[in-house]
Amino acid sequence: MFRETEILKSGSQVLPAGEDSGGAGDLVINVGPQHPATHGVLHLVITLNGETIKKVEPHLGYIHRSIEKMCESLTYRQFIYVTSRMDYLSAHINNHACALCVEKGMQIEVPERAQVIRVIMDELTRIASHELWWGAMAMDIGAFTPFFHAFREREKINEIMEETCGARLTMNYYVPGGLMAELHPDFQKKVKEFIALFKRKVDEYDELVTGNIIFINRMKGIGVLPKEDAISYGCSGPAARGSGVNCDIRKLYPYAVYDKVQFDEILETDGDSLARYMVRIREMKQSVRIIEQLIDNIPEGDFQAKTKAVLKLPKGEFYSRVETARGELGVYIVSEGGTTPYRIKFRSPGFSNLSALDHMARGSKLGDLVAMMGTLDLVIPDIDR
Amino acid sequence: MWSLNKISTAIHDWLSATFNPTWTMIFEMVIAGVAVIGLFAVLGLVLVLMERRVAAWMQIRLGPNRVGPFGLMQSMADTLKLLVKEGMTPDGADKFLFNLAPFIAMIVAMLLMAPIAFAKDFQLWDLNIGVLYISAVSSIMVISILMAGWASNNKYSLMGAMRSGAQIVSYELSAGLSILTVVILTGSLNVNDIINAQANGWWIFKGHVPVIISFIIFIIAVTAETNRAPFDLAEAESELTAGFHTEYSGMKFALFFLAEYINVFIVCAIGATLFLGGWMPFHIGSWDAFNHVMDYIPSSVWFFGKTFFLIFVIMWFRWTFPRLRIDQLLNLEWKYLLPISMFNLLLVTAIAILGWHF
Repeated sequence: MFRETEILKSGSQVLPAGEDSGGAGDLVINVGPQHPATHGVLHLVITLNGETIKKVEPHLGYIHRSIEKMCESLTYRQFIYVTSRMDYLSAHINNHACALCVEKGMQIEVPERAQVIRVIMDELTRIASHELWWGAMAMDIGAFTPFFHAFREREKINEIMEETCGARLTMNYYVPGGLMAELHPDFQKKVKEFIALFKRKVDEYDELVTGNIIFINRMKGIGVLPKEDAISYGCSGPAARGSGVNCDIRKLYPYAVYDKVQFDEILETDGDSLARYMVRIREMKQSVRIIEQLIDNIPEGDFQAKTKAVLKLPKGEFYSRVETARGELGVYIVSEGGTTPYRIKFRSPGFSNLSALDHMARGSKLGDLVAMMGTLDLVIPDIDR
Repeated sequence: MWSLNKISTAIHDWLSATFNPTWTMIFEMVIAGVAVIGLFAVLGLVLVLMERRVAAWMQIRLGPNRVGPFGLMQSMADTLKLLVKEGMTPDGADKFLFNLAPFIAMIVAMLLMAPIAFAKDFQLWDLNIGVLYISAVSSIMVISILMAGWASNNKYSLMGAMRSGAQIVSYELSAGLSILTVVILTGSLNVNDIINAQANGWWIFKGHVPVIISFIIFIIAVTAETNRAPFDLAEAESELTAGFHTEYSGMKFALFFLAEYINVFIVCAIGATLFLGGWMPFHIGSWDAFNHVMDYIPSSVWFFGKTFFLIFVIMWFRWTFPRLRIDQLLNLEWKYLLPISMFNLLLVTAIAILGWHF
């Protein structure tokens, strides 16, 4: 057994023997599992030469809860609730992926009303997630105030969620076949109020952070991830779209009513931290656009399809994919025909995005690593399920 | 008119009348020492509270408001907590240097108070090289930071200390050069001479554009020198957790924390003295009635008002800007601020020789 201090003293021991480890003058530091920059229990072993990064090695497993294994003993109605705890900032969207997979297997026709509400909720979740990211990102590079400004608006979304779903973080609002409950009567009014407020505030964000010369200097040309590398590392979401990879699942494989609404897939081609930042800022505006199109056009009807009390997926393999706030989330279910999945596998966006960190960070300064981690928008429970 | 000078003179007269000169001097030294320690503690408490309230104001929240009226006793409670906490010394630390470092930081901060004129004729030590003394003593600060970082036996601390070393040594040049502009205009290093030269207008108004430039450079340089955001690389908490004082706890940490705030106060006091006229009231040319009203405000109020305004500006920086990267920080100094200050110094010298200033 190692004591932490021993690991620190003999830093080269935790690195595999290689040409770029343990060299003279190298400093090996452990960032995490408890560290303000990692926003969770991520452990990065960083080899430094002075301030310059030679190698970044993520160590995972500190928040592994065996969610995939747990899902195997839960029924198709129950396992959705566990998935809210994976990427807790886009709980709705995780639930959506699972519900889609079960619906595909059972061939349930989801009512139009439920689909529209799902999309509105997904986009609200995306805005909330990007807002939290924006605040945390600014905090990573040393500006504290944006965090509070971001939370001011995020709180409004949380209120909307609380009214309708009864929860603020792990909503568990989607069930196979539709939604768990009817919308709150104030929902449309509150969402419209929020949209009106948010449109003003998002410009304030640009004023406070995006236009700042220090901020631009910190972000531009830093952590460049070329398009080919983004594809080969399996990056998805804003991290890949910042490199110009066309990967928005909402456009490529439309689900729910995404094929009926007008919105742009945001692409930036620079591949640097600033590009990834701009993708998210512009995506928030697109989410607003989607919500504006749908909020007045929620069709009447049932919020839930009529389903059997006990769901049994036919024997076979089922896969569904959605675009979460962080990228592509895939749900892969292998069914033996019973009431619980035989095997379930989540393809989480954070894991693949994190794998590109070493490639991006080599040769840059320690301060940039924190900014890069910020632009990747890592949620650790999503990486370690 | 109420003035601190009258109090000090009254005490001096009473002591001289009661004791012989030796005892008078000893008592006066004791009183001055106690006053500095008292000011040190009070300023620390006030500035910490001010920082938290300013931050809260900018971040749409309330800040400390539970302990005492308007949260005034909050820093007192925090200090009490820090006092009773265990001051740990990590394994493998250089114990002597580790424990010495916070005291050096504090002693430097206290020494810096000596030549500052807090009000009219109210000064601990009227030194004829006051400004030189301040820039000389303030550079000792970096030793305590390097000492703390090196002795902690922690990689984060070491990196923080190294960053801080590079940063303070660099920015001292700009701060020194911008101080020199005022010294050239005044022709004296004495703090009182500099203040008296501003009786008919502060240097920031009298000195044309070059002095405004050097004022701006001074503010940037001292923000960097005191390790405040956006130049807080020495304790960049998202990168180095707490930088050079990562391993410090309890009162040893509090001493670093206090020393930081006292340093902020002192550099702002110097800025106010050099550029904003110290305790000199604000006068406008021949508006006698207005000038008379301004004169009626005690000189200590003028001094502390200006100083706290500058402190507020520095706090404003902290809660607005993101942090620079270490290479950008050094680029800013060596490629921009230093050449500009040097050119500016030449310009001011020309102005002073030609007598173009008011």
